[in-house]
Amino acid sequence: MKIVAICGVGIGTAAILKLNAERALDRIGVDADVTASDVAGVAAAAADAQVILTSPELVDHIGATNADVVVIQNYFDLEEISAKLEVAVG
Amino acid sequence: MLPPLPDRAIHIDAEVADWRGAVRASGHALERSGATTAAYTERMVGVIDTFGAYVVVAPGLALAHARPGRDVKRDGLSVITLAEPVSFGHPHNDPVSVVVGLAVTTADEHVGLVAELANIFNDASVIPALAGAESPSAIREILGATA
Repeated sequence: MKIVAICGVGIGTAAILKLNAERALDRIGVDADVTASDVAGVAAAAADAQVILTSPELVDHIGATNADVVVIQNYFDLEEISAKLEVAVG
Repeated sequence: MLPPLPDRAIHIDAEVADWRGAVRASGHALERSGATTAAYTERMVGVIDTFGAYVVVAPGLALAHARPGRDVKRDGLSVITLAEPVSFGHPHNDPVSVVVGLAVTTADEHVGLVAELANIFNDASVIPALAGAESPSAIREILGATA
């Protein structure tokens, strides 16, 4: 299982999302590799990913992908991230 | 561990007209703290011009940032609270009342800082507490930061 967290520039917010996604995955008992990427690198970073995590503002920047795009509203809400990941990977 | 957060990196009840003003206030605080130059402030505005308001990562909180660059002299953090909340154009998390400015020198070395921010802000009471803080020392106390 591969998950990619996307933000505009690939640092800061993407790294927060990656970290909290890892915590959420621990919580729901799913083993996955989570990486952070910028929008420009999403095609390469997500080529073999099952899930892309991102902000509602960035969905339109992602383009065509086979991965499930999961939109996170509050990057600090582990309940929201866990619930949405559970649906996506379950 | 968080970078130092001296008084000059904090601006309480900043008066701004719009999101650009809010982001610039956070950039000016980073400049005053010695972490960045004015070019970085404008690059933070540019990120939102390009990608939209995704930096509003939680209700009421914007995490202003840009890529590392020559305009980042060292890792830095700033905290701005707004006298009147402003809209960034985020579909869920507007209006913003707290802007945290973030500058890192390299993409690889900021993981510890980001982990610390996540540890702090995963507590949902922190954003309203910052918004209501009345002194730089109160802000440092909420964040567990040093001057």
